[in-house]
Amino acid sequence: MTASVFFGCTFIAFGPAIALFLFTIARDPLRVIFLIAGAFFWLCSLLLSSLVWFITVQISNKESSSQQKGLLIFGVVLSVMLQETFRFGYYKLLKKANEGLLMLSAEETMPISIRQLAYVSGLGFGFMSGAFSMINILADSVGPGTIGIHGDSQHFFLSSAFMTMAIVLLHMFWGVVFFDSCEKQHWWSLAVVVISHLLVSCLTFQNPQYVGSLVPTYIIVFLVGLWAFFCAGGSLRNLKLCLTCKDKDFLLANHRPR
Amino acid sequence: MGLESSKWAIIFLVCWLYKNVSCNSVEQKIYVELNNTVPCVRLLNATHQIGCQSSISGDTGVIHVLESEADLEWPLSKGPNPPYMVLLESSLFTRSIMMKMKNESNRVAGVAVVVPNTSPPEFSPHTTCPNENTGVYSDNYGPNLAHCNTTVWNPLGNGLSYEEFDFPVFSLKEDNETEFIKQCYLDHNRAVNGSAPQYPLCAMQLFSHMHAVTNTPTCMRRNDINFSINPEMVCDPLGDYNVWGSIRPYNDTVLGHKENESVVIAAARLDSRAFFWEVSTGAEGSISGFVTLLAAAQALREVTHKAPPTRNILFAFFQGVSSFCLPKQVSLETFDYIGSSRMVYDMENGKFVIDLDNVHSILEIGQVAVHSGTNLFLHSDPVSRSNDTVNDEVENFVKNLQSSTAGLSFLLVEPNVSQPLPPSSLQRFLRAQPIPGIVLADHESAFNNRYYESFYDNAANLNLTYPSDLSPEEQLEFVTETAKSLTDVATVVARALYKQAGGDDSQVNTIKADPKIVTQMLYGFLVSSNNSWFQAVMAPELKNILKPSPPEYYVGVVMSSTPTRLVQYLLANLTGAATNLTQSQCQKPDELPNESRQMYSYLWVQGIVPPNSTQRDSFCVRASVRLTKAVSPAFELGEYASKDYSTWTESRWKFIKARIFLVASRDLEMLTLGVGVAVLFTSLLVTYFISTKADVLFSSTREPASAAY
Repeated sequence: MTASVFFGCTFIAFGPAIALFLFTIARDPLRVIFLIAGAFFWLCSLLLSSLVWFITVQISNKESSSQQKGLLIFGVVLSVMLQETFRFGYYKLLKKANEGLLMLSAEETMPISIRQLAYVSGLGFGFMSGAFSMINILADSVGPGTIGIHGDSQHFFLSSAFMTMAIVLLHMFWGVVFFDSCEKQHWWSLAVVVISHLLVSCLTFQNPQYVGSLVPTYIIVFLVGLWAFFCAGGSLRNLKLCLTCKDKDFLLANHRPR
Repeated sequence: MGLESSKWAIIFLVCWLYKNVSCNSVEQKIYVELNNTVPCVRLLNATHQIGCQSSISGDTGVIHVLESEADLEWPLSKGPNPPYMVLLESSLFTRSIMMKMKNESNRVAGVAVVVPNTSPPEFSPHTTCPNENTGVYSDNYGPNLAHCNTTVWNPLGNGLSYEEFDFPVFSLKEDNETEFIKQCYLDHNRAVNGSAPQYPLCAMQLFSHMHAVTNTPTCMRRNDINFSINPEMVCDPLGDYNVWGSIRPYNDTVLGHKENESVVIAAARLDSRAFFWEVSTGAEGSISGFVTLLAAAQALREVTHKAPPTRNILFAFFQGVSSFCLPKQVSLETFDYIGSSRMVYDMENGKFVIDLDNVHSILEIGQVAVHSGTNLFLHSDPVSRSNDTVNDEVENFVKNLQSSTAGLSFLLVEPNVSQPLPPSSLQRFLRAQPIPGIVLADHESAFNNRYYESFYDNAANLNLTYPSDLSPEEQLEFVTETAKSLTDVATVVARALYKQAGGDDSQVNTIKADPKIVTQMLYGFLVSSNNSWFQAVMAPELKNILKPSPPEYYVGVVMSSTPTRLVQYLLANLTGAATNLTQSQCQKPDELPNESRQMYSYLWVQGIVPPNSTQRDSFCVRASVRLTKAVSPAFELGEYASKDYSTWTESRWKFIKARIFLVASRDLEMLTLGVGVAVLFTSLLVTYFISTKADVLFSSTREPASAAY
């Protein structure tokens, strides 16, 4: 659909991710490294789940569409489970790495806290997941045509872009909540993360009723975002202080070093 | 051991997966590729370029199916969504409509013509006066006869083939794809009650970017620029091979004038052309001619062995072009007589086995779609006949021809007005030297052929019909009425040639052309070239060029086209002799005492399949049939701006394709871009805000105070 749609969809899908990367990650090389490692872990989980799905599809009966649909659902569920498993694996790896880094470094304090790691790894997962969702679609959106000659909905590009934005944000929030729950051994919140991931993925089966899949997804984004905000140490009081620009007084009052 | 086997297992798995991958991509939901399209390509000569061109990234336009000439208003002025891609039925593919679109070409992105299965009443995209500048008539030679002042040969011609269009023009067949396109147009592009049609609209994109521009000297100069290791050629000279054979063989290595040698040349053209380079068969235009000549050559075989005539008879088939990239054939003789002008040039410069002084007379078989009872006409050149010797020879020739029709159902008649020769290869010979010559044709003045050089000049134009309940093999053998008529013409031609060559008069009546051979040739050239007879006469390595359709004149890596090869092998089989040589001897016959590759050509052919076996009875044919290069002398001499010789070249291109899809409105696209930019800015702002206030926002920490942010 030409260059304007290409750029529009790229900005929609990756706008928040680019902004976050530029302002919070790009300056610190350690964060960049952990971001890329997180992306790689997501990639591994995708590789494994796609291998399993592909083999099952080849074995199955290609003609029966209900079987194919069932296989697709199975594939989605398997992929979600594997992604969360790899997230857990990454968490374990980071814990071990952190202890090692602490022993090696000359400073007393850890160079990067587990909370920052949670955010960075979640964003890494989000980047890679967004890339895989969107790049193929963006490549096809450059041409002069739009979807619809066989009767499909015209809004495919736009909804894919919004969905991708939601997924990127969600992965970031899930990362924060996941690591926090692992730290505190709150297994039920871990389960909620997994269930919400499953829910969002299964909502995409509603497509091409894009409204039916996007609206609930954004509601979940908002809710999980709030939860992550609170897990990360935010509170309503802090928010009010920031928004009413009383933060300077607050800091002075608490004598926190900047 | 365990590691080894698991490594192999993984390798096998990866290879198997790679083989089985298939894509269900977004692209398939957007684009529908059109496969059965034929483009019009660009050709250049010394001064002009003709044909069609698209831009390098294709031309996209909203589809509009034209209903009448008045409907042209919509794409040209009224329609609100230019540029338009106009879809025409072939009845609307006329000069006036195409010229109107050419003048408003900023609103027309391209044209697609739907070619129906039935022919319109008449259509000829050639000019009204074919080859008027490269024939023999000019201001110096018969000025009152030049430029069709006395006879307009092709009055139905609209000259579209020689126009230049700067948008692509493609042809589509009338099949499911075209139905899909029309349905897409009806669903999306129809204006309801006079209001503009709503987006998304159905659009088509055509790619046919041609690399050559301006004219032949420019593109040949650009061919020579060596920028890189793989220099890019932009155009190719049109060229193929002429086929010639003779009753008495000539030594291939002894060229130039031969003392006391007098030859009668019998010529026909092999080429044909269409605007789209379709499966243009030129049934009446050329096939009728060369099939007749092949049958005549076969009819003469026996008698010339028994009672050889005094003069030699040389059968020449002047080939139309095929260039290296051209997927369909283009006519050389149409393009200013490339084949015959090359032969004349070779004869003048001593590069052929005989030269012009050895030529006694020439008989050319033109368009001979004779129906039973109609007469054929003998055209000759009045200017050369003003010389008495030439005139006497021509009259003698006419007498020989007319007396050969004894016992047959038609007569050979001379036109009763003094008119020039129709466009024919003979004109090129006359340009060099006044040689007595006659052109045999089915028209007295203007062509009878209503589809001259168009894609409708097919089997139906020759009334070639078969009863409906025959299998392909039975159709091959069935002697049609058309075949019977052409057989009679071939008999006349053979007898006249024999008499002209000084043969024994008592033997003349034994010369009879074989209707079975004529009907098999007609079937092979007009219906399906992949039949058992063609397979039997072709070489094993060439059998892939035979297809279950009329020959497509495809070149590809083979330097000569299908019709050239077919005619070469047919002429060899019909005039040559089967030998006992083995395949290896056939390739190296000089080792044997009585065989000589300089005198004959040795072709290994597949032969027929005997009834109770599966192996073919292949054998070696020895015939005096040769191919000579048919590239215009202008390219040998490097005179790319020559006025004497043909300078036609054909442009090269990278790829040609067509596809349809829906396009969205510009507003929606801009909206998407706007939303994207807004999302980007908002997220940048919010992130900046959060990251600067991060200390405060995330300060209710449950970690030790030593945690740094």
